[in-house]
Amino acid sequence: TRTSSTIVDRIENLVPGRTEIDDEMLDEIEEILFAADLGVKTTTEVMDRVRTNLGRRLKVPADLRPFLRDELLSMISVTGSGDDTEVRQPPEVILIIGVNGSGKTTTTGKLAYNYIKQGKKVVLAAADTFRAAAIEQLQMWAERSKAHLIKHQHGADPSAVAYDATKSALSREADILIIDTAGRLHTKSNLMDELGKIARVVSRDIHGAPHETWLVLDGTSGQNALNQARQFLQTVNITGFILTKLDSTSKGGAIISIIRELKVPVKYIGIGEDLEDLQPFDAERFIDAIFGENDQPSQESKYV
Amino acid sequence: MFSQLQNSFQKVFKDLRGQGKISESNIQEALREVRVALLDADVNIKVVRQFIAQVKEKAMGQDVLQSLTPGQQFIKIVDEELTALMGQTHTKLHLSNTPPTVVMMCGLQGSGKTTTAGKLAASYKKQGRKVMLAGADIYRPAAVEQIRTVAEQVGVDVYAPGTHMSPVDICNEAKRLAEGRQVDLLILDTAGRLHIDDELMQELVQIKESATPDEILFVADAMTGQEAVNVASSFDERLSLSGVILTKMDSDARGGAALSIRAVLGKPIKYIGSGEKLDALEPFHPDRVASRILGMGDMLSLIEKA
Ligand SMILES: Nc1nc2c(ncn2[C@@H]2O[C@H](COP(=O)(O)OP(=O)(O)OP(=O)(O)O)[C@@H](O)[C@H]2O)c(=O)[nH]1
Ligand SMILES: Nc1nc2c(ncn2[C@@H]2O[C@H](COP(=O)(O)OP(=O)(O)OP(=O)(O)O)[C@@H](O)[C@H]2O)c(=O)[nH]1
Ligand SMILES: [Mg+2]
Ligand SMILES: [Mg+2]
Repeated sequence: TRTSSTIVDRIENLVPGRTEIDDEMLDEIEEILFAADLGVKTTTEVMDRVRTNLGRRLKVPADLRPFLRDELLSMISVTGSGDDTEVRQPPEVILIIGVNGSGKTTTTGKLAYNYIKQGKKVVLAAADTFRAAAIEQLQMWAERSKAHLIKHQHGADPSAVAYDATKSALSREADILIIDTAGRLHTKSNLMDELGKIARVVSRDIHGAPHETWLVLDGTSGQNALNQARQFLQTVNITGFILTKLDSTSKGGAIISIIRELKVPVKYIGIGEDLEDLQPFDAERFIDAIFGENDQPSQESKYV
Repeated sequence: MFSQLQNSFQKVFKDLRGQGKISESNIQEALREVRVALLDADVNIKVVRQFIAQVKEKAMGQDVLQSLTPGQQFIKIVDEELTALMGQTHTKLHLSNTPPTVVMMCGLQGSGKTTTAGKLAASYKKQGRKVMLAGADIYRPAAVEQIRTVAEQVGVDVYAPGTHMSPVDICNEAKRLAEGRQVDLLILDTAGRLHIDDELMQELVQIKESATPDEILFVADAMTGQEAVNVASSFDERLSLSGVILTKMDSDARGGAALSIRAVLGKPIKYIGSGEKLDALEPFHPDRVASRILGMGDMLSLIEKA
């Protein structure tokens, strides 16, 4: 079995034969929220909300699930941001950033495939010139997705790659330029500065670029994800998150406190290692998955 | 973040001054603070619960030492329990009497297996051993190029024939080659996989059965959340792990996953990864990681001096 029991089962198991919401039940709910990586602050706040609503919106155990669902949903609804109505002059530049191994290159490949499927012309920039075979890895994704790749040698200046890619995207009249960057820890200031430099380079030739900067967060990560998001936001203007590896048993609940604090939306989720394993983020489905309502998306039944 | 716990401890323990014994009532709040610290560090909630109960039992009724306040003594108990739970310092792999020693790396996607394989190779090469790497990841794009590049950077032999052979065959052939070349240490790098991916987990079992590794190391990302222990347990159930390596400890993650895995599996943490470069591999020091998980390094050193 993947997990001993889903959260719904567990909440549901609390219910039979019990007509009252008791302390034991509250403890179990708390444990469920912790296990989904919500962290102390958010879990405590949810539990406080539960407690203040006891006897009001929460009369019987069956009230718990819809209540929790609503509470969490309201926590991750980001309003007033993500102004997508603005018409942009192509090429639109998307900068992909994140800590080591979170899934940036894979996501870049999936995004390219996604846009190309929509009939768009895509250029990829291999701006990870540091990690062993990072360029070759992106090259394979470019071949798979049929995107055009701009690359330099291993060890080259990432900004120079971004510069060339910008020129290439302009001259080829591409719709989208996606820049894959090297994994970097948010604590390393020299590497963070490098990101700022890449962003400045692309802005010189393309107005408003990078139009999107997406921070790729590993869905299996815990409370450190908040530090990551905070620190990256200090350097670049993050316009969205991508939460990967949600095909694992992790619920990705750390994202909740991140969205709440930083008011940045999740754009996509990664649910596998193939071209098509990218889905637009759907808040309701995400919360339902936290509560185990639909099983984790599997290879056969990805939720569309 | 690191000082938060210290501040709350100081507050809690001011009230404890002058009380001669540690009792349930005077440590209730302190226990709550420890619980928060552990959860913030991503220690699994079940492990936290057990640990708190254990500390409580240990602390209760103890006479407060002359040199310490009840608060300091409580922290000392917490730290000692945590350090004990983390096990001992391990710096060596178990080397086989009949070389090659075969080491198999396994873990979730992106945890750092390939890089760590390179680091181990570099470390043992430096000790004068003949090391060889084998690339058994036929799935990830350019995994073959990556392991070859890593091997070249370290300056060791590599067997990574490509994606036309099965991972089991690759490992067997690598072992055969290693025997012929008098290799001391053969490191098998496998593809990242989810513990719930039955087919790929079965593949690891087959590699284990045919290449009979001396060490099976689970490579875990220090930033992993609550599921770390379930993932590690699943790998352990299938493969019977011999140890754990915790990577990306150069981040500011507190690394509670280490404690959870250690507490539940009881397997030693053999090394920590502390950077992307191939020399960034360090011995695991239980006391340091314990303080880091508690987020109170400074305070502990103060108490040591007291
Ligand atoms: N199961 C699963 N694996 C994923 C997903 N996204 C990426 N991966 C895997 O995670 C590993 C790391 O992915 P990469 O795309 O190389 O990550 P990265 O952020 O580019 O890594 P660096 O460039 O080294 O920092 C690979 O094995 C990917 O196949 C996902 O959504 N689900
Ligand atoms: N900062 C830091 N980065 C690390 C460490 N160990 C590995 N990495 C980085 O993490 C990323 C993933 O490392 P890999 O060795 O490719 O991970 P893997 O487990 O082999 O990945 P898959 O084969 O795709 O499952 C790379 O960017 C590495 O440079 C570490 O200790 N510290
Ligand atoms: Mg990458
Ligand atoms: Mg690898």
